[in-house]
Amino acid sequence: MLEIRSLKLTLNGKPVIDGLDFKVKEGKIHGLLGVNGTGKSTLANLIMGISYPDEGSIVFEGQDITRYAITERARMGITLAWQEPARFEGLSVGEYLSVSRDLDSTEIDNYLWVVGLPPAEYLNRAVDASLSGGERKRVELASVMAMKPKVAILDEPDSGIDVISLPHIMNGITEMSKQGSAVLLITHSQEAVTVAGELSIMCAGRVINSGPPREMCQWFKNNCSACNHIGEPSYQGA
Amino acid sequence: MIVVREHEAMLKAYGKAGGNLRALRNKEVGNLVIHGNEVVSANEVEGIRIEIQERGAGVNIHFLVEEGAKIKYPVHLCFGVLPKEGLQEIILRVEAQADSEVTVVAHCIFPNAVDVVHKMDADIRIGDNAKFCYQETHYHGELGGVKVIPKARIRVGKKGVWQSAFTLIEGCVGMLDYDFELFGDEKSVSELLVKAFGKKEDEIDVVEKIHLDGREARGLAKSRLVLNDNAKAMVRGETYGNAPFTRGHVDCLEIVNGEGVIARAIPLVYVNDRQAKVTHEAAIGSIDNKQLRTLMARGLSEEKAIDVIVKGILR
Repeated sequence: MLEIRSLKLTLNGKPVIDGLDFKVKEGKIHGLLGVNGTGKSTLANLIMGISYPDEGSIVFEGQDITRYAITERARMGITLAWQEPARFEGLSVGEYLSVSRDLDSTEIDNYLWVVGLPPAEYLNRAVDASLSGGERKRVELASVMAMKPKVAILDEPDSGIDVISLPHIMNGITEMSKQGSAVLLITHSQEAVTVAGELSIMCAGRVINSGPPREMCQWFKNNCSACNHIGEPSYQGA
Repeated sequence: MIVVREHEAMLKAYGKAGGNLRALRNKEVGNLVIHGNEVVSANEVEGIRIEIQERGAGVNIHFLVEEGAKIKYPVHLCFGVLPKEGLQEIILRVEAQADSEVTVVAHCIFPNAVDVVHKMDADIRIGDNAKFCYQETHYHGELGGVKVIPKARIRVGKKGVWQSAFTLIEGCVGMLDYDFELFGDEKSVSELLVKAFGKKEDEIDVVEKIHLDGREARGLAKSRLVLNDNAKAMVRGETYGNAPFTRGHVDCLEIVNGEGVIARAIPLVYVNDRQAKVTHEAAIGSIDNKQLRTLMARGLSEEKAIDVIVKGILR
């Protein structure tokens, strides 16, 4: 469904994405695990069209979308939930969930319930600084679900949130997959990727290993906990 | 007969501008409709006294909320000038007596203005423990031929509450010279809010001053402006902490969204009591990129995304 082919991006003379390949299959949750600074968020931005690669291609449903603009990609069914979601003064949670398509009140309520936010309490709240970090991330996930995307890129939906929000976030991700969306779950948490069907390990701008999550988590623990940048071109031992 | 025609024309314009026509026709709802410098209708309700004096150059209004009166429905005011040219000068004296509560919704309508001046000079006194909410919404035409000059001096008594919201986002502003100055007594709570959408050659000048004179008085001077095309704006938000435990804040946001826009903001925070605290935040800049990208990633075009963001800010 979504295929990344030999993607490269250099910033300030440094390769940030360095020949990256991988695929996200239809309706599946694909985890992307890596320590901070390995280029995960940069990759998310490249897939969404926030920035463009120097080389390589992004193919979605057989179509090369490498140079497509953000809106075009979104209208094809790709969306992104950023690690730090934007805050919107004057926009209510209900309105925010409905920006991508017209929703009736029952649908809005359902999406809020999935992420554990009682509609009566949250529907009319502003998507501004009055929401906590965890609440804001749950609203973001609900808004992604409401869009019914073909592929949802979730950039660290589990980071910086409270213990109450985490199970709701994980529930939201699972529900999203059930409703037919493929999910690219970007994280540096080994706990979060347990919901994934497949897991890729990213290091120094490359995918260095892929496979079943349990196996990959063990591999990550053995090889990446004290990161020696095994993805770097000079590394010979993997 | 002329008054009847003006009344009908004003009501029509009021309805078109989003005003609540049923409220103006309801005898249980206080209202006052002024076209130019003539009163075309007025309705007092229990607890409200409205005295009106028509002058050649304007209208004097004494608006009284009686002591202890809790006014059930918002009082509706409608000011307007329907012809292309005209001067409307309102001298307003408001007295909300102790323990009273009222919400006043004012619509100011200038749909055809080419050369219209709307002036309001208000002297407002909010009694002890009284609550007064004032919402003024303007509906202008697209020609930008209006000069709006609202000036108010507001005194808020002990434990009194004043909340005002001035909104000018429909049509072209023309020229706005807004100047509200408020003096808050002990434990009073005051909020001044201005929202304006400047377009074309609009000129906006906003002054919001809050003097926190009584112990534990609180105040917020807030403004939200969006500027397109060649619009120019200056916002001066000033808060003075003059007594112990006063808390004040100036919050100004100006969104610049046009090649010829000039936006300026001068916040002033002043304290002369060591137990007072006043703060400010002023931000001028283009549409937030993160907000824009988020909405575009939901499938909105850039133009639509900007529209959603701007509407939110000005709501």
